Amino acid sequence: MAILITEKTRVIVQGMSGRIGQFHAADMIRHGTNVVGGVTPGKGGERLLDRPLFNTVREAVEATGAEASLVFVPPPFAADAIMEAADAGIRTAVCVTDGIPAQDMMRVKRFLRRYPESRKMRLIGPNCAGIISPGKGFMGIMPPHIYMPGRVGIIGRSGTLGYEAASQMKELGIGVSTSVGIGGDPINGSSFRDILELFQQDPETDAVMMIGEIGGPQEAEAAAWAAKHMTKPIVAYIAGLSAPKGRKMGHAGAIISAFGESAQEKVEILTAAGITVAPNPSAMGETMARVLSQHRAAA
Amino acid sequence: MDIHEYQAKEILGRFGVPVPKGGLAYSPEQAAYRARELGGSAWVVKAQVHAGGRGAAGGVRLCRSVDEVQDYAATLFGRQLVTRQTDQTGKGVYRLWVEPACDIARELYLGFVLDRKSERIMIVASAHGGMEIEDLAETDPDSLRRMTIDPAAGLVEFQARELAFGLGLSGTQITQMVTILQACYRAYRDLDAMMVEINPLVITGAGDLLAVDAKMSFDTKALFRRPEIAELRDRSQEDPRESTAGDHGLAYVGLTGDIGCIINGAGLAMATMDMIKLAGGEPANFLDIGGGASPDRVVRAFRTVLADRNVSVILVNIFAGINRCDWVAEGVVKAYREVGMTIPVVVRLAGTNVEEGKAILESSGLPLITADTLAEAAAKAVAARPKLAA
Repeated sequence: MAILITEKTRVIVQGMSGRIGQFHAADMIRHGTNVVGGVTPGKGGERLLDRPLFNTVREAVEATGAEASLVFVPPPFAADAIMEAADAGIRTAVCVTDGIPAQDMMRVKRFLRRYPESRKMRLIGPNCAGIISPGKGFMGIMPPHIYMPGRVGIIGRSGTLGYEAASQMKELGIGVSTSVGIGGDPINGSSFRDILELFQQDPETDAVMMIGEIGGPQEAEAAAWAAKHMTKPIVAYIAGLSAPKGRKMGHAGAIISAFGESAQEKVEILTAAGITVAPNPSAMGETMARVLSQHRAAA
Repeated sequence: MDIHEYQAKEILGRFGVPVPKGGLAYSPEQAAYRARELGGSAWVVKAQVHAGGRGAAGGVRLCRSVDEVQDYAATLFGRQLVTRQTDQTGKGVYRLWVEPACDIARELYLGFVLDRKSERIMIVASAHGGMEIEDLAETDPDSLRRMTIDPAAGLVEFQARELAFGLGLSGTQITQMVTILQACYRAYRDLDAMMVEINPLVITGAGDLLAVDAKMSFDTKALFRRPEIAELRDRSQEDPRESTAGDHGLAYVGLTGDIGCIINGAGLAMATMDMIKLAGGEPANFLDIGGGASPDRVVRAFRTVLADRNVSVILVNIFAGINRCDWVAEGVVKAYREVGMTIPVVVRLAGTNVEEGKAILESSGLPLITADTLAEAAAKAVAARPKLAA
């Protein structure tokens, strides 16, 4: 059944009437995603892409039973939109927006903790490509045709490097159960570890491709968790082996600030946890192919 | 975004941190005038650059006469100060800060940073200040005290008090430290800072706390709502290529190799650089053209990369999601014709509208080298470099 999104998931798009929101909502609908409406304050009652628009997320949830929301709201208002979704009972929100202030994300994370586990919203992103269960549906900005349906999960910080992995795997006939972009910001909704847990529980996922980069503690945290709890094989790649120390490389995520945050240190930590690390970014697909065949031979 | 020491002191002073009086100077004469104006018999003259490690690099000096202030200032202006935190080019000195020398009994370290693990603002403090935090973390890790702040409650007074006692302070110093901690926290929170550092935080001969040096850096993503901070940007402290590229929506970082890179997405850009190294080459830069790049933005990317004279081949690697390969291809063709390209260009396109993009490249009739995969693109770029003269 893949994770986070299937063909049945009822999806709304916050900011659907914007130029980018509309373009990608149309693409999602074209590829079978069950988009049930959009939210733009002040446009409630209108229709767009043959779907109803609502003023608030609460109204949208009440009218459509939406469970998931894709947030395409500009940076100054994005944190507010995410908190609105959480309060309205949305279970999974994906935020594509790049440029949300760090302290806004700090507030968002604190806000999400107000709700009991039973109705707590899971946030993916921000500053991510989104999530896709190939052949079923997607929420985000990725080109869906590069993913082949299959049984390997992908988790990555970088959108384009995630595309690279998916297309290398497709070349080798390896398909994807779900691909999850967790985003490049220093504070994000879900970590590698959070998504690994979902893939471990998913009966339709056999293995996981994990694509990290320099900066931040999340790869090391995921490695520690995986060593104890993960029975499915993981293949990883860490970008930034050649990045000079102390320089910011685009992503706020990509700054080295402490031990265990350089690419080399992350590779060592992951390897020590039993994770197979692809030696270079062109070998993500073939490394996964090798690990899958070893795993099958052992089973 | 970084600001100068004197600006950080001015801001923190407004929030209630005790800072020394001082004066800003744009010339040696003005530095001498400032010293006279401040009075006393000894002054500290400090180069204002966006980098730490100024003292060891000769950018800070204690001067015992007004003449000495002026003479020393004359050696600093216009100089490129190279410190352990800068590259070999260093940072230009165009402003000086003059302060009366103070009587130092003890030095403490105090920093506020964003802790990615707890996703909160974290205070890092040490009873041993004066050296860089990296050195402190290496030589005396046990002296570092850390404390995170709940964004809902803010910095609670008892936390500040605990920290003050923990640093070995006593008497009125406790109240002073609580005031300083709360002032720094409010400045951090209210102005969308990413870092506040007071190093050293000094205990004077009279036993009072004083912020003798200060650094602040701000979240560029929050500048839209902090116009008073955005105004403090000093372009003289930035790499001109990086700031010009930034003006055009390109994230550019200059490096030392000869393979110019034009890529979309920070992760793919880093991966491509890794691949170039593995193929035996050296990247000349990191460049992320961002999402939804128009042909014109691609042309600007070419101009940015070509401004580096070391570049002997260009590698374009685009995996389009929110981008469009046809737009990128149009930009490549336009750039090739407009700039009068004399070096080889390797192009790899994948993703959204890839067939249209490839058709545009092919029908252009230009001698572009195309590649289908990341590995092939990196290998072709390395192979296309002009052979070095024997």
